[in-house]
Amino acid sequence: MNPNAYLVLSGIIFSIGALGVLLRRNAIVAFMSVELMLNAANLAFVTGARVWGKLDGQAAAFFVMVVAAAEVVIGLAIIITIFRTRNSASVDEASLLRW
Amino acid sequence: MVNALIRLAEVSNQESISFEPFVFWICGGLAVIGAIGMLISHKAVHSALWVALTMMNLAVLYVVQSAPFLGVTQVVVYTGAVMMLFLFVLMIVGVDASDSLVETIKGQRRIGILAGVILVSALVLLLGNSFSIQSAQLSDADSIYGGNVQGIAALLFGKYVLIFELTSALLITAALGAMILAHKERTSPRKTQANMAKELFASGNYQGPLPSPGVYARHNSVDTPALLPDGSVSEISIPGPIVARGVTKKINQSDLNEVQIISEGLGLVSSEEDDKQ
Repeated sequence: MNPNAYLVLSGIIFSIGALGVLLRRNAIVAFMSVELMLNAANLAFVTGARVWGKLDGQAAAFFVMVVAAAEVVIGLAIIITIFRTRNSASVDEASLLRW
Repeated sequence: MVNALIRLAEVSNQESISFEPFVFWICGGLAVIGAIGMLISHKAVHSALWVALTMMNLAVLYVVQSAPFLGVTQVVVYTGAVMMLFLFVLMIVGVDASDSLVETIKGQRRIGILAGVILVSALVLLLGNSFSIQSAQLSDADSIYGGNVQGIAALLFGKYVLIFELTSALLITAALGAMILAHKERTSPRKTQANMAKELFASGNYQGPLPSPGVYARHNSVDTPALLPDGSVSEISIPGPIVARGVTKKINQSDLNEVQIISEGLGLVSSEEDDKQ
């Protein structure tokens, strides 16, 4: 099986995640899109590890997962804090700190 | 279970067996479908479930690509922990946390889609032939330490031990940060039951029990609004979450006719004939 197919798949999923960040207004859905992009990057890491025949790529994907878990915890706590003050999870509402 | 996954990864690594394309096309297709479903579904809960589908399929693809440890970790960490955390937050934020369809920046959606198309074509063209190696054997790297899990462990606690320690610091900082962010400082004294009762009656709103849904209507399910004797809809008879989800039933003419008949029979509303007499 050609490993480039996996890379193309990861590119497609990454692009859909980027589109989600650009288009969706709900902060939680935008955040899910970020998770999707991280997953796509992980798929590319795993494919790289397989092509080079070394486990370093899999270790890198593992670290990405750890950082993503930490990021989810903080991001969702921020979303809850914003929801508590503004009663909305829309990214348009939180424009107070814009400039 | 894990042994079966490792065995599957080993089998898929051997060149002679070529069920990998089938797994790739099925799971890859489902992963893309899940990602698109996340993008286009209006309700945030549906988006979360679509993303969970994508992550499950990516886990299968990891296992096929001889990374059984990462496949299991993907299921446990992403679909098990991260997506369930998302669902919990969605429950706190509420069911009406759907997207607004109003564009605040003019033409943002069109430009966004254009940028997405450019990005996907660029990535596909770039990644389409980045590896000239057709297929490699990861089994050699696995067999040095006696397996995939052992091999990753040797890397984590050997070559990358400093990064590993730093991620532990990161996780502790993240946990503390989440506790501080989620903590709410009490700025006013706690309300007693007497305070709450006073506040309730001081507001001047209707304090009796709310009308039950479906009164004078054709159905008595919770999504059917109660009709008042003059045929108008009683807004307070529908529970808030049902209004927020937008699943309230419509009132049709036969319901209104029945209400009129009942109201006239009870003498609540004087009919036109009575007025003439």
